[in-house]
Amino acid sequence: MNLRRLPLYVTIAIFVLAFLLCWLQFPRILSTRVVGNLLTDNAYLGIAAVGMTLVILSGGIDLSVGSVIAFSGVFIAVLLRDTGMHPLAAFALLLMVTTAFGAAQGALIHGLAMPAFIVTLAGMFLARGIAYLLTLDSIPIDHPFFETLQRAYWLMPGKGRFTLLGAVMLLAVAGGMLLAHRTRFGTNVFALGGGEATARMMGVPIGQTTVLIYAFSGFMAGLAGIVFAVYTAAGYPLATVGVELNAIAAVVIGGTLLSGGSGTVLGTLFGVLTMGLIQTYIVFDGTLSSWWTKIVIGLLLFLFIVLQKGLLTIGAARRAA
Amino acid sequence: MNGTGLLRRVAPQLLTLAAVLALVTVFFPSFLSVGLSGDRLVGSPIDVLKRGAPVALLAIGMTLVIATRGIDLSVGAIMAICGASAAFAVDQGWSLGVAVLLALGAGLLCGLWNGFLVAVLGIQPIVATLILMVAGRGIAQLITEGQILTFSDAGFAFLGSGAVLGLPVPAWAWILAGIVVGLVVRRTALGLLIESVGVNLRASRLAGVNSTVLLLTVYMISGLCAALAGLIVTGDIRGADANNAGLWLELDAILAVAIGGTSLLGGRFSILASLIGAMIIQSINTGILLAGFPPEFNLVIKAILVLLILMLQSPRLGDVAAGLLARRRRADETGAAPRPVQEAGR
Amino acid sequence: MLLHARGLTKRFPGTVALDNVEFGLAAGEVHALLGENGAGKSTLIKCLTGAYRRDGGEILLDGRAVDPQSTAHAQELGIGTVYQEVNLLPNLTVAENLTLGRQPRRLGLVSRRAMRSLAREMLDGYGLSIDVDRDLGAYSVAVQQIIAIARAVHLSGKVLILDEPTASLDAREVALLFDVVRGLRERGLGIVFVSHFLDQVFAISDRITVLRNGRHVATTEAASLDRVRLINLMLGRELAEETSHNHGRREAGAELLRAEGLGRRGRITPFDLTIRSGEVIGMAGLLGSGRTETAEVLFGATAPDSGTVRDAKGPLDLSTPARAIAAGFGFAPEDRKTDGIIGDLTVRENIALALQAHRGWARPIPRAEQRRMADEYIRRLDIRTPGAEKPVGLLSGGNQQKVILARWLAMNPRFLILDEPTRGIDVGAHAEVLRLINEMVSSGMSLLVISSELEELVAVSDRVIVVRDRRHVAELAGQAITTEAIVNAIAAPEAKQEARA
Repeated sequence: MNLRRLPLYVTIAIFVLAFLLCWLQFPRILSTRVVGNLLTDNAYLGIAAVGMTLVILSGGIDLSVGSVIAFSGVFIAVLLRDTGMHPLAAFALLLMVTTAFGAAQGALIHGLAMPAFIVTLAGMFLARGIAYLLTLDSIPIDHPFFETLQRAYWLMPGKGRFTLLGAVMLLAVAGGMLLAHRTRFGTNVFALGGGEATARMMGVPIGQTTVLIYAFSGFMAGLAGIVFAVYTAAGYPLATVGVELNAIAAVVIGGTLLSGGSGTVLGTLFGVLTMGLIQTYIVFDGTLSSWWTKIVIGLLLFLFIVLQKGLLTIGAARRAA
Repeated sequence: MNGTGLLRRVAPQLLTLAAVLALVTVFFPSFLSVGLSGDRLVGSPIDVLKRGAPVALLAIGMTLVIATRGIDLSVGAIMAICGASAAFAVDQGWSLGVAVLLALGAGLLCGLWNGFLVAVLGIQPIVATLILMVAGRGIAQLITEGQILTFSDAGFAFLGSGAVLGLPVPAWAWILAGIVVGLVVRRTALGLLIESVGVNLRASRLAGVNSTVLLLTVYMISGLCAALAGLIVTGDIRGADANNAGLWLELDAILAVAIGGTSLLGGRFSILASLIGAMIIQSINTGILLAGFPPEFNLVIKAILVLLILMLQSPRLGDVAAGLLARRRRADETGAAPRPVQEAGR
Repeated sequence: MLLHARGLTKRFPGTVALDNVEFGLAAGEVHALLGENGAGKSTLIKCLTGAYRRDGGEILLDGRAVDPQSTAHAQELGIGTVYQEVNLLPNLTVAENLTLGRQPRRLGLVSRRAMRSLAREMLDGYGLSIDVDRDLGAYSVAVQQIIAIARAVHLSGKVLILDEPTASLDAREVALLFDVVRGLRERGLGIVFVSHFLDQVFAISDRITVLRNGRHVATTEAASLDRVRLINLMLGRELAEETSHNHGRREAGAELLRAEGLGRRGRITPFDLTIRSGEVIGMAGLLGSGRTETAEVLFGATAPDSGTVRDAKGPLDLSTPARAIAAGFGFAPEDRKTDGIIGDLTVRENIALALQAHRGWARPIPRAEQRRMADEYIRRLDIRTPGAEKPVGLLSGGNQQKVILARWLAMNPRFLILDEPTRGIDVGAHAEVLRLINEMVSSGMSLLVISSELEELVAVSDRVIVVRDRRHVAELAGQAITTEAIVNAIAAPEAKQEARA
C-alpha cells in the first residue's frame, strides 16, 4: 500500500466509526432521510471543497471561495430581479465571471511570484466588496425555475430525499476525481504540489497549470454559489462568511496534505460528510451546543496535520535507511 | 536605527497616512477637527485611534511573527477566547485583576500552543495556526456557553471605553504596548535575533541562535497582544461575543503589517510602520463612513491596497524595476547557487 | 563525435566560469568529467542542457550546431540529464513519474493500463522488478536514480549526463547503477559521468576530462591515467613548485580537546582526534569525502550518534551549535550564502550575531560597542565595505568571508573550524585569510582548516588529516606534510569498499 493513501483510509474509517457511534446512540440516524439531508445541506460546501482540494493539492490556498459564493448569490438575484434573463443564462454568465476571477488570481500568483494566501486574500476582499456594492440586503429569488430546482428530488426508500443539489455535489466530486486523478492536468497539479522546481524541470507548464487550478476553483465556487442560491432562494452579500475555512478544514480532514502534493478528491467528500455528521449529531442530541462542532473539527484538523507530519517523517526515515 | 533612519523607514507609511487623511478631509472637511468634551478629547482622529486599537495591537505581535517568516492566523480566535475568559471571571465575581491575568494567561497559552506546533513539531505556521483559528471560537463559546456574556463591571468597561488624560484607554493600550514591545525588541537583542532567523534560519542556528526559543517567544507575544485586543473589545461592548469578537481581524492585522513594509517573506521589520499601517486601515474605514460613501467600498479599497502591496513586494516585479540599477548585484547572485527553497512540511 | 562543445565560454560578473572549454563525447562511451568545486563542471553541464545561456562557443550534436534553450529543449534535442537530487517527484507513482507530460490517453482521460504498460516498457532492460503503481518515494535513492535514467533515456535517447548520481548510494547500489550505465553504453548512448569518487570513475569511464578554474586541463583515456596523476591534474599542483612548510615554527601546546569515536551513521565513520592548543590541523580530501561532515559533528550542526569530546575539565556537550559555541567552538562553513551570512542584515549585525546569541537576548551588546567591534574588525581584517551599516549580502565573497571570520574572532573561541576559507575569493583576500590564520594561531587559538588547496594546507598546517570515503585514513605531521604525500594518501588504493552501515 502506498503510504500516501493512508490518510484517505483514516478519513473513511473515522466517518464510518463516527456514523456507527451516532447510530448506536440514535438508531434513527441510519435513514435515507438523514443521508439525503446530509448531502443536500452540505452540497455547496462540498462543491467548493472540491475546487479547494485541487488548489491545496498544488500547494496553494484559495481564501476567496466564501466571498465568491456570496457574490454569486447576489449576482444571480440581481440579474433575475433586474433583467428578464432565464436563470440558466444567468448561471452560465456567473460561471464565466467566477472562472475568469479565479484565473486572474492564478495569473497574479504566478506572475507576481507571491504567496497564494495573500493574493486570494485580496480576491476575498474584492469579491465580497463587489457583492456589497450590488446590494446590502438579502434579495429573495422567486423565479419559478428556482422552485422547480428546489423541488427536484428523487424519493428514496424510507422517504429520504435525494435532491438535485445533492446530486450536483456528487457529480462535482466525480468530476473532480476524474480531473485530479485521471487527466494529465491532474498529474501536473500533484507534480506542482510535490515541488515546483522539480515539476518545472520535468516539463510541467507551471504558469498554465496555476491559472487553470485557480480558474477551476473559481468555477467550483461559482457552482457552489448557484447551489447555495437555490438552497436559500436568496442572494445575500453577508452569507457564507468563512466558508473557505470550512472548505479548507474539509479538505484536510479528507486526508489531503495541506502543504500539497498528496490527497484525494474522494477524501474531501468524506471530510465534508464528517463535518456534516458532527452537526447532525449535535442536532439529534439536542443538549449539546453547536460550538462543539468547531472544537471537534479543530481536533480532527490537529489529528490529520500531525498524522501527515508523522507520515512525512516516516517516509524520510525509510528512504534514509 | 537613529532618528533620521527611522523617519526614512516609515516615510512611505506616513505619506500614505497623510494622503488618506487629506483625501477624507476633502470629502468631509471637519474630519481632522478635535474638540474637548468634558475631560476627554473627541473627534474623528481620536475615534480612529480608539477604533484602530484591536488591529494595531494584533499588528504588533503579527509583525514579530511575520519577521520570522511565519504567520499567525489564530489571533482573532485568541481575542475571542481571552475576552470570554475575562468576562467569565468578572461574571463569577472575581476581581478585575484576576480577570485580566486570566485573559493574558490564556493568550500566552494559545501563543505557546502555536509556537510549539511551529518550533518544536516543525509544522508550517499557516497550517499550525489554522487549527486554533478554527477551534478557538468553539473554545470561546464553550467558555461563554454560547451566550454573549455581558457584565456591568465598571472597571472592565473602562478598559474598552474609558479615557485617561483625555485619550481613550484603547488608544493608550496600543500606543503603550507598541512602545513597550518596540523597546523590548530594540533595546534587547530580540529584534536582531528575530530578523536574523527570518532572513536565514540555517545560518542563524549555525551562529548559535536558539531559534526554537525565539519562535516560541514571538508566538507568545502575538498571543499576548491578541489577549489585550480581546480585553479591549470585550470591555468596549461590555460583553464577550465569542462569535464576532475579533472576527477576520487577523487578516486586517496581516494587512497592516504588509502596509508597514515588513516583507511576508521575513526579515527586517518595523513595529512603528505596522502601527501606522493599522491607522491607515482605520482611517480608511472611518473616512469612508464619514465621507458618506457606503461602507461596502471598504473591502474593495482593501483589495486594491493588497494588490498594490503585492506589486511592490513582488520579487519578480521588483527584479524588473530594479533591473537596471542592480544589474551587477543580481548577476552576482545568479552566479551562485540559488537560495534553497524551504521544503514543505519540514 | 556525438556531442562536441567547442570554445565554450561562460562569464559571471567578476569571474569566468568557463574559459574556452573543449569537450567531446563519442557514442558508446562513458566520459568522466572531473574537477573540484568551482572548476566549471556544473557550469559546463548547465550550458549543455540549456539551463545557462553560454557567452561563447558552439555545441554540435551529431555534427549539427544546436542551441539548447532550456532543459526541456535540450531533452527534445536528445540530451537528457540525471542529477544527484531533485530529479523526480516522490509523491507521484513510478509510472506517473516516468510518463509525466506524455501519459497515454483514451477519450481524454489518462489510461492507467496503458500508462502502466508504457512505464514497464520504459523500465525494460534496467533490471528492476518494481511495482510501477507505488509512490516513487517508497523506493531507495538508487532505484529512483535508475528510474530517472530510464525517463531521461526515453525522452532524449542520445546523450545522458549523470551529475553525481552516486553521491548517496552504497556500494551495492553503485554496482546496480553501473550495470545500467554499461547497458546504455552498449546501446550506443554517449554518457557524461560527473563524480568525485575516483574509484567509480576508474571503474566505469572510458575517457576522463579534467577541468580546473574554468579551463580544460586534460582529456585522456582512463586506462592510461593513474590515480596520483589524476589528483594532481584536479588539484592543479605543478610538480615543480613544492610549497615550503613552516615546519617547527610553532611549539605544539598542551592538549586542548580530545574526540574519541565521534561519528554519525551515514555521514562520517567514528574517528579519534586530538587537538592541541595553538596548532592548525589541516584536513584534506576530495569533495564528499567526509571533510565537512567531520566539521559538522564537531560543531553540533549534525548531532553525533557516537563518541565523546572532552577537554581537560571533562566531557563537552556538542549536541547543538549553540552548545558547541558555549564550549568555545566556532565554525565558518563552506557555503557562505546559505550557511554563513545573514544577507539582509548589516556588516555590524553579522559580526555581532554569534556573540549576541551567546550572551542571550536579554543582554544586548550596546550599539556603540557593536559599532566599535565592527569598525575594529573592518580595519583589522581589511573588510572592503562602504561602512558597517551595509547589508552584508552586497559585499564580495572574500569580504563576506572576512565578516564571518570577524564574527568568530569576536567570540574569541579556543577552537575554530574553517571549511574552505579561501574558496571563491580573489587573490588578495586569499593571502589575507592565510595571514589571519597564522595570526589567530599565534594568539593561542586552535584551528581545523578544511581545504582543497593543498599548497594552502601545507603552508599553514602543523598536522594534516586525510579523509576518504567518510573515514579518516591518514595523518601527516611535521616534515611529512608535502602536497605529494597528501595526494598519495588521498589516492591510496581503496580497501574493499564496504556498504555503509
